[in-house]
Amino acid sequence: MTVLCLVELDAGGTVAAASLRGLSLARAHASATTGDPADSAPPPTIPSGPSGPSGQLAAAVFGAVDQLPLGTLGGAGVSDVCAVPPQYLDGYAPRAWARVLAELTARHNATAVVAAATDRGSEVMAWLGAITGKPVAANCLSAQRSGDGMYQLVRQRWAGLLLEDAILESSPALLTAATDADLGEPAAPPPMAEPAVHLHRPGLTEADLAVRATETADEGGGVSLATARVVVGGGRGVGGPDGFAPLEELAGLLGGVVGVSRVVTSQGWRPHTMQVGQTGTKITPELYLACGISGAIQHMAGCGSAKHIVAVNTDPAAPIMSRADYAVIGDLAEIIPALVAALKERG
Amino acid sequence: MCVKRVPQVGGRIVITPDGQDVETRMSGFAISPHEECAVEEAVRLTQRLGGTATVLTLGPPAAAEQLRDALAIGAGHGILLETDGREWGPIATAAAITDAVRRKAAAGDSLGYDLLLFGNEAADTGDYQVGVRVAESLGWPCATGIKHLEVDGATVRARREYRGTGETFEFGLPAVISVKEGINLPRYPSLPGRLRAKRAVLEQHQPQWSADGLRKTGLRVPAERRQQATVLGSGPDAVPALVQLLDELGVLR
Ligand SMILES: Cc1cc2nc3c(=O)[nH]c(=O)nc-3n(C[C@H](O)[C@H](O)[C@H](O)COP(=O)(O)OP(=O)(O)OC[C@H]3O[C@@H](n4cnc5c(N)ncnc54)[C@H](O)[C@@H]3O)c2cc1C
Ligand SMILES: Nc1ncnc2c1ncn2[C@@H]1O[C@H](COP(=O)(O)O)[C@@H](O)[C@H]1O
Repeated sequence: MTVLCLVELDAGGTVAAASLRGLSLARAHASATTGDPADSAPPPTIPSGPSGPSGQLAAAVFGAVDQLPLGTLGGAGVSDVCAVPPQYLDGYAPRAWARVLAELTARHNATAVVAAATDRGSEVMAWLGAITGKPVAANCLSAQRSGDGMYQLVRQRWAGLLLEDAILESSPALLTAATDADLGEPAAPPPMAEPAVHLHRPGLTEADLAVRATETADEGGGVSLATARVVVGGGRGVGGPDGFAPLEELAGLLGGVVGVSRVVTSQGWRPHTMQVGQTGTKITPELYLACGISGAIQHMAGCGSAKHIVAVNTDPAAPIMSRADYAVIGDLAEIIPALVAALKERG
Repeated sequence: MCVKRVPQVGGRIVITPDGQDVETRMSGFAISPHEECAVEEAVRLTQRLGGTATVLTLGPPAAAEQLRDALAIGAGHGILLETDGREWGPIATAAAITDAVRRKAAAGDSLGYDLLLFGNEAADTGDYQVGVRVAESLGWPCATGIKHLEVDGATVRARREYRGTGETFEFGLPAVISVKEGINLPRYPSLPGRLRAKRAVLEQHQPQWSADGLRKTGLRVPAERRQQATVLGSGPDAVPALVQLLDELGVLR
């Protein structure tokens, strides 16, 4: 069987981290796992079935052919790279990308199509589902083939607060892979020779190209919330728009940024771009220092992947206390300025 | 705009004993924050450009509550696509919404809707697809994840952020847009608004359920990752311990 995976590239031409997740979900060759994938966190896989032939993993990539990250793709188990170069389709056009996936599915006789559940991946798979009339299972953690055109899935619901066990009956199976799940590191795939590259020239209609993105340069330019190594969080406990100065100073000293809770953005104390959580940004720092934040599950949905969480809170019984690794009990308006002073003294 | 009634989830999600649903006996219901913003955006657009904002939901009879919440904020008309409480998948949901849009265009009282606003994803299922499916079956252009929207005559300009880069989409009406929280700050309903909403007559239809190819067999709460936090101390006295910890974690520069 062949599994087709949409691979997104970063600005520098490397494989986007989320797409590596997608590839590991798609990797037909990965060893069949047993047990409960979501709880014991082995790598997510689509095994080719007990007696199935060894599978092929094809990657759909939009980008210049001479700059494809073939090493990374081969290392991720990809056997075939289907490249759509800019002269055939330049830039992002969601329905056109979905059309390409539909064409490649037919050409490779793919039994499953996978994309990382990024904004683009989710959107393209929604279009693929819409133009083919097939269901799309979003935010999957694992997908086991349980029969012809049958998949046993585990997927996230409520932004990862719940898991759903489900059966998908569809051929091909259309899946998006959860990008923020705490799955542990995906197991290394079997070594793969450099993948074969196929150029694909899509047959696009006007309707496929009706919606196209025009990209505008990077805004802000500073450290981004999503990729910051240190995030200093501020919630209702900060007290108001003027209470953030010490947090911002601390973030500056640690080379990080300030993130906030929804209370802070809905009060208009800080813009929504700074919100961490289910409907804000998902962060993955080494350290999340959560100040005056109660730790509501919708907030934790955005910071649960932080390596270490330290809470500063007046309430020793706040829910964040059972999600943080360390805590300081007390008033952040006293503790944070004292911490800033101590760090400055250290030099 | 299309909104979905979902359980209001507080500090903890509890699952019903049969493992099939979220326990709602102790909680209320709401629409997702993205959809609250879709409602606000629609009300602002009609206030600025004229016309009527219609709010639609597919759900049980009790979902009328969510329609009235939107009417209280300034929507002019409410449509309830009534279900028998079964869970509808995105394909069936999109088909029912598409029918409602076509019904309006066929009614002849106007040319139909110019703009359909959706939430980017529903809070419960997070399927990220109903809006796109509706756009496809109507043959309308669609942009998702939108955080900034301008309507200028018959043209929409919609912007979103993608990995630090801005993406702008521009196309003609009629169109479908899925919005994200942050596009605006939704207002609170006024008292006269609430009264108007209470009296409003809702349009009702009973669409036909159909299976979607994806069948839920159960829900569960993922295993908690963390234990009780280690308390470093209280107040500013804990600062030296905190500095030492930051040093050990390797985040000091
Ligand atoms: C569908 C949905 C999506 C949501 N999405 C998000 C989201 O993306 N992000 C998000 O953050 N929330 C989200 N929420 C809201 C979430 O449920 C909480 O309401 C919110 O996170 C609470 O913010 P908070 O912790 O700042 O405020 P509170 O819950 O009020 O907590 C304030 C905390 O500060 C402490 N405190 C008070 N004073 C001090 C002081 N002087 N020093 C130290 N500590 C102090 C208190 O003990 C308390 O623990 C969402 C809700 C829903 C329903
Ligand atoms: N039952 C429903 N009734 C009305 N609108 C819905 C319903 N389900 C989904 N939607 C709309 O479609 C958006 C995307 O939903 P989903 O594809 O399920 O994540 C939601 O934010 C709503 O705007």
